[in-house]
Amino acid sequence: MRYPILAAGLLAVTPASAQDLPVLTVYTYDSFVADWGPGPAIETAFEATCECDLQFIAAGDGAALLGRVRLEGARSDADIVLGLDTNLLAAANDTGLFAPHGLETPALDLPVDWSDATFLPYDWGYFAFVHNAGMENIPTDFRGLGASDTTIVIQDPRSSTPGLGLLMWVKAAYGDEAPGIWEALADNVVTVTPGWSEAYGLFLEGEADMVLSYTTSPAYHLIAEEDTGKTAAAFAEGHYLQVEVAGKLASSDQPELATAFLDFMLTDAFQSVIPTTNWMYPAVMPEGGLPEGFETLIQPDQALLLSPVAAAEARDEALDEWLTALSR
Amino acid sequence: MADRAQPLGLAGWTGIAATVAIPALIALTATAVVLSAEGGRGLSAADWAAIRFTLWQALLSAMISVGLAIPVARALARRQFLGREALITLLGAPFLLPVIVAVFGLLAIFGRSGLLNNGLVAIGAQPISIFGLHGVVLAHVFLNLPLATRLLLQGWQTIPAERFRLAASLDMRAGAMFRHLEVPMLVRAAPPAALIIFAICTTSFAVALTLGGGPRATTVELAIFQALRFDFDLTRAAMLSVVQLAITGSLALIALKLARAPDFGKGFDRPAKRWDVDDAPRRILDGMFIAAAALFLIAPMAAVFVRGATNLAGLPDVVWTSAGRSLLVAALSTTLVVSAGLFTSIAAARLRSGAVWIESAGLLAIAASPLVVGTGLFIIVFPFVEPARLALPVTALVNAVVTLPFVLRALIPAVRDAEASFGPLADSLDLKSLARLRLLILPRIRRPLGFSAGLAAALSMGDLGVIALFADPATATLPLQLYRLMGAYRMDDAAGASLLLLSLSFALFWACDWGGRRGA
Repeated sequence: MRYPILAAGLLAVTPASAQDLPVLTVYTYDSFVADWGPGPAIETAFEATCECDLQFIAAGDGAALLGRVRLEGARSDADIVLGLDTNLLAAANDTGLFAPHGLETPALDLPVDWSDATFLPYDWGYFAFVHNAGMENIPTDFRGLGASDTTIVIQDPRSSTPGLGLLMWVKAAYGDEAPGIWEALADNVVTVTPGWSEAYGLFLEGEADMVLSYTTSPAYHLIAEEDTGKTAAAFAEGHYLQVEVAGKLASSDQPELATAFLDFMLTDAFQSVIPTTNWMYPAVMPEGGLPEGFETLIQPDQALLLSPVAAAEARDEALDEWLTALSR
Repeated sequence: MADRAQPLGLAGWTGIAATVAIPALIALTATAVVLSAEGGRGLSAADWAAIRFTLWQALLSAMISVGLAIPVARALARRQFLGREALITLLGAPFLLPVIVAVFGLLAIFGRSGLLNNGLVAIGAQPISIFGLHGVVLAHVFLNLPLATRLLLQGWQTIPAERFRLAASLDMRAGAMFRHLEVPMLVRAAPPAALIIFAICTTSFAVALTLGGGPRATTVELAIFQALRFDFDLTRAAMLSVVQLAITGSLALIALKLARAPDFGKGFDRPAKRWDVDDAPRRILDGMFIAAAALFLIAPMAAVFVRGATNLAGLPDVVWTSAGRSLLVAALSTTLVVSAGLFTSIAAARLRSGAVWIESAGLLAIAASPLVVGTGLFIIVFPFVEPARLALPVTALVNAVVTLPFVLRALIPAVRDAEASFGPLADSLDLKSLARLRLLILPRIRRPLGFSAGLAAALSMGDLGVIALFADPATATLPLQLYRLMGAYRMDDAAGASLLLLSLSFALFWACDWGGRRGA
């Protein structure tokens, strides 16, 4: 047993924070700040440039993050919110809590054009169904998946951002035909989980043939576990994008520091950490390129993405269609 | 029962204050949530469907858990064998599991690649699927059968040995003993046990959705989650929580009223000897019930153990730090809840007609949505203090509130029996306040006190509760750390952390429970 470390927790000892330096508070999701996430390396790198104390506060996932900022309103201590995705941006804009970033956006390595005065992307990924490498009869599109007896685990769009992403994927690819696609998929869905973790765990335990995740998921198994046994299925209709963004709060008491952080976010020091800690593609390709192993991932021919406004408008109808098809 | 009730005294009034604090906390947090709302759309048809599903699965889970617990507790009550005490403790463990750990343990047995299906396929049978309403009920029975068994076993222990002796001298057979002694006891003990399990199952979220197989299995807690996170419809979240509370609260009043049945009078605490059930067929039948329950409850835990054992040594340091933090939270909340529970039980025992109200108020704490309570607390606290500073005290407080009903369920009957059996003697000796507590009540309730302290400690270890809303990286507890590992592909580390959590919870439970039973 590691008594000293256990004791540190038991005595509720927290590391003393740096005194007298201006504090930049960044709200983000849980996995970003974990020891194995991008947070620690980014904190060190930014503090080396800014004469400041960068503090990450974790608040669940993307949706929880926005909820928290809305609860706190203009009194929030946060200067930056990092970790919203495009499906949440319309709601985030409507709150009026965010301020324009005021930066000249550098050339971004995103599969779609990006111009937004408030939010800047820091990474992105394609949603995809991940399966074991040895699987036979791999479906090549949603129609093929629906017609097959391949089993899948997905996340609930009412509680999970990937689940909502799948809803938008089907909507962006099939529009008014989406209900038919969901009806065909209904008997493939083994179960629907509240979040990504449970779904991915079920898949790893062998409960389904495929799981909704990202094209970059196999890179984790390859690089961190030296396991070549996972791969993602390429779908002919194209893959829906998740673009993760950060924005500055209008109520920030450190607006210049906040702008400096957003600027720093698109430099090498931040971007080169992303691929092997957040397991997503960097928004600006680092000088050293992608880590070895990323070249083995599937490259979708077409990227699908609804604009924030279109996604917000499509959501309620898409959710009803999903509920109707899967509640049978 | 004593002819004249004891005055409430300081202990009693403290207990009443603790009882009032719970509905007050729930009401305060729900009001805070509503006041922060920006207008919402009210309850939809889908919300009502979620309410119906939630109640239905909770009802099934409670009935089946208690139904199965009756033969198991009966077999355990009337048999003596080597390792019986250890088995009783071990069978309590599933109730202490964090739900996500329990789900993965069950999948290792009942899942597509689980032991059961591997066996079925090997003998050429059709594999079965765990996903659906039956899977939800299976998981809830797995989690709650231990509690039901323990509560009923305590019921059996309230029948004095003298009654069995008398029944045997009247030449009663097993059937007659069952009708005259055990049925009246069950009428008193079973409805509250079913009720507490019903209340636990109404706030089910991850189990119901994950094993439910799709949005048919939407529970109220998921609807609340959606309202809070995706729609930011605070009014709807609070309304859903209040509807759920109203239903559980009214059921609580009915069930606890029904539960007031005859008591068995005084005894001399001799171990109960049974003359009616010593024949071979009954022995075999009891053995089968015990073996079946042990297999069903222990196999999934063994799977968690096997899966985690190889990963325990390689766990990141932060996991150990959060384990220490969880121990601190558990110690705090156990101290709080055991003191509050003791005083409240004394109040309930002295206020005979008010006891039902006191226990119902306690029960609301389980049925209240942790999400709404957590959000409400956050809204209340935020203007004054940085929430992360309060992460551990708030978690300890909420855990104490949520575990109070279990403590009350175990302590109220014990305190009542102590007062009923020895109250008149204590009165005649003018034994009051502290002396009465030290000499009469505490020695008589050691066993349930140890049991409920262990339960509270272990549940606080595993409970995610409100910590997620308050924690920052430096205040994560072990269950939260477990979720973070799972959220970052690190399933092997998560398996190791699950085992650590299971071991610590069980060790706390065992230590308190054993402390209570030693010499009692």
